[in-house]
Amino acid sequence: MPKRLAKTDVVIVGMGAAGGVAALPLTNAGLKVIGLEAGGWLSPRDFAPDELRNGSRNWPQSVQKAATEAPTVRATSNDTAIQGGHPMMNAVGGTTMHYWAQSWRLNPWDFKVVSATKKRYGENRIPEGSTVEDWPFGYEELEPFYEKIEYTVGISGQAGNVQGKKNTAGNIFEGERKREYPMKPLRSSPFTDLMGNAAQNLGWNPFQGPAAITTELFDGRPPCQYHGFCNKGGCHVKAKSSTAFTVIPKAVETGNLEVVTFARVTRIVTDDSGHVTGVDYIKGSETFFQPADVVLLSSYAYENVRLLQLSKSRAFPNGLGNNAGQVGQHYMTHHQGAPVTALFDRDLHNWYGLPAQGVAIDEWADDNFDHGELDFIGGANLWVHTDRKPMSAAKMPTFGQTRNWGSDWKAFIMKNADRTNSSYIQKTTLPYEGNYLDLDPVVKDPLGFPVTRITARYRDNEKRIAAFSQEKMEQWYLEAGAIKIVKYGLGNIMGATTHAYGGTRMGLNNETNVVNEWGFSHEVPNLGILGASVMGSSGSRNPTLTVQALSWRTAEYLVNNWRSIVG
Amino acid sequence: MKKNNRSNSGINNKSDLLQESLINSSRRNLLKGAGFIGAAAVSTVATSHVIAADSTIRNSSSSAIAPREALEALTAEEAETLAAICDCLIPSDEHGPGAREARAVHYIDKSLASHNSEARHSYSVGLNAINEFARKTRGEIFPKLLLDQQNSILLAVQTNKISGFIPNGSGFFNMLRSHTIDGTFCDPYYGGNQEFIGWDMLHYPGIRLGVSEADVSAGASLPPNHQSAYDHSTYTKLADNSSIADEGGEGYA
Repeated sequence: MPKRLAKTDVVIVGMGAAGGVAALPLTNAGLKVIGLEAGGWLSPRDFAPDELRNGSRNWPQSVQKAATEAPTVRATSNDTAIQGGHPMMNAVGGTTMHYWAQSWRLNPWDFKVVSATKKRYGENRIPEGSTVEDWPFGYEELEPFYEKIEYTVGISGQAGNVQGKKNTAGNIFEGERKREYPMKPLRSSPFTDLMGNAAQNLGWNPFQGPAAITTELFDGRPPCQYHGFCNKGGCHVKAKSSTAFTVIPKAVETGNLEVVTFARVTRIVTDDSGHVTGVDYIKGSETFFQPADVVLLSSYAYENVRLLQLSKSRAFPNGLGNNAGQVGQHYMTHHQGAPVTALFDRDLHNWYGLPAQGVAIDEWADDNFDHGELDFIGGANLWVHTDRKPMSAAKMPTFGQTRNWGSDWKAFIMKNADRTNSSYIQKTTLPYEGNYLDLDPVVKDPLGFPVTRITARYRDNEKRIAAFSQEKMEQWYLEAGAIKIVKYGLGNIMGATTHAYGGTRMGLNNETNVVNEWGFSHEVPNLGILGASVMGSSGSRNPTLTVQALSWRTAEYLVNNWRSIVG
Repeated sequence: MKKNNRSNSGINNKSDLLQESLINSSRRNLLKGAGFIGAAAVSTVATSHVIAADSTIRNSSSSAIAPREALEALTAEEAETLAAICDCLIPSDEHGPGAREARAVHYIDKSLASHNSEARHSYSVGLNAINEFARKTRGEIFPKLLLDQQNSILLAVQTNKISGFIPNGSGFFNMLRSHTIDGTFCDPYYGGNQEFIGWDMLHYPGIRLGVSEADVSAGASLPPNHQSAYDHSTYTKLADNSSIADEGGEGYA
């Protein structure tokens, strides 16, 4: 039997991007919160500027719980699922420790994919088999929470639409915002200037993207030093606004948050009335039961879904909150593949800088352009950025100019190491019938619990966006003076990624969605779910800011409705 | 690079010197340029070089302390074979030093005993397959062949013309190539990229904890600082990090 601990008001499963944010409004309101985290605390001294350790050796993820329970992946239910890697990080702060920290608001279209598409193009433009629904609310509902995160966590950027006033230095396609960003954007570089000018020549509107990275002294943290080891690495000066250095310490300071590290949650416990009563977790070699009035599940898409599916009980024989059979459905990942790589005839000065220090094009994203004559909906945000490291530079494509080893190749990389650039193109993905997460019937984690099985593939709509956006990207590079271009394949299987959505979708219809418009389970009144698993559309930009805005909103709703939720 | 350091590189002295003499690429290029191809002749030259060089080391070892270095994962013959392969992948040539001077083999051997340990078995199998093929088709193990012969075998491995690899020739080749690049361009802490040879090769100006706009504008003309991440005291094991610990980290746990 697990050792029963003293009851708390709220237990949060996972102290990462989502759970870390939710802890602050809860503890500020005086609620007692236990944050269970599978990883430990890290500090800036853990983030050496070391490409091998961060990249090849994959240090941030290699020692993690998640690495031992990586999902298996297959394209369709007729295929055999094969276990891959796990991209998420277990640590206080979670994947915000080593992410690129791009911190976008979704565009208004992303909330209204169905109704906006039907309105503009007629009834038949939603791809066949797609299960996409409008969100239960529009961009306007989330706007104040976006602002709350931008000012609390610390986001730098250039606004493009403040109270209806457009500014071409920012994203003119963004939804109307009430205020500017709290900090100016990351600085430009010779390369981003080159690409920005080229975009302007094409009549496009380039702008510097938003980042959870300081550009001036903010809340006691120094500005970014541009040394460029963000990718799979934490920040050596805490300029990256990871929740471990922002909201979580603030919540700890209230005296109302206790973070329990190296706690591996195995089950969410339910009583026969269908309420959750707490969670079981393992720490060291002991098992504990942590009772709580409310459980907030915030272990991102894969583990959120898996924990629900593992938590079977008399009231929920098919997994917690899954009597409608919706847990694991509407899964999708950002189509981040199908990049374009360019070779230039001059050095680009990209040895320093960071992935979030780049220039974006939103002309071809979402519904920012007319799809009347096209055979897809949605689009792509085009992104190029600084940041280059020697090992990855040496692994650059050879553009057909040489074999990829030997003397000629060596001469090639010596000449061209600083002359290539690879785009980062984030594309709309829709949810479909036949794309889902369930428990693998064969592969188990070290505790004997099944791992998640991903069954999902990109469909025609996603591949058409990929091909379309590659053409735009090629056009952009050529305008900037690229002499060679490589385009990669359009993608097929949706493997495990940091940009995973759905599985516990938010919506008003309890037959097609797992959580209501506030992020609480339709079936379990005192279970809230935080993370991109609640998102019903992918957008074409990084998810974290939206995840955090939703988390704050759910936490605030819990504070304001405590009595009715706890019952 | 200091002569002593190079002579006592990761593999044992004799096989390392065998590498230096047998597949000294400038000499091989000379042979190639002169159309001089004959394995027997090269072997004879090589043997005499080994003996000569070997005795030089014995004589000098009394005056210098040899660094303690073990082969941590590879066997002597595997290391020798790998050294010859790395020499083909990133050669020392008229453009400057390559994988050998960077000590990529030293890095790979260490990595096979740590973060690349899962690849240990496929190295044994793959290197053996290469030597078996070399012996069968050319009468000698891979390290004893001429550069052109070695290159043609590696190309055959890369294009799946030879069997006996995990998972197959191209998969093994890609891993070898990737690890050789890692060993040539990684932080020198890991035993490769000795003397920052790899970073200089790419004109990478080096790790800097803060980078100004002027630094970025300077690009390749920024003087290389030749610093490992672990030349910065913050990241070394024994550093006094009490101020950082108080500020964040465990303080909240």
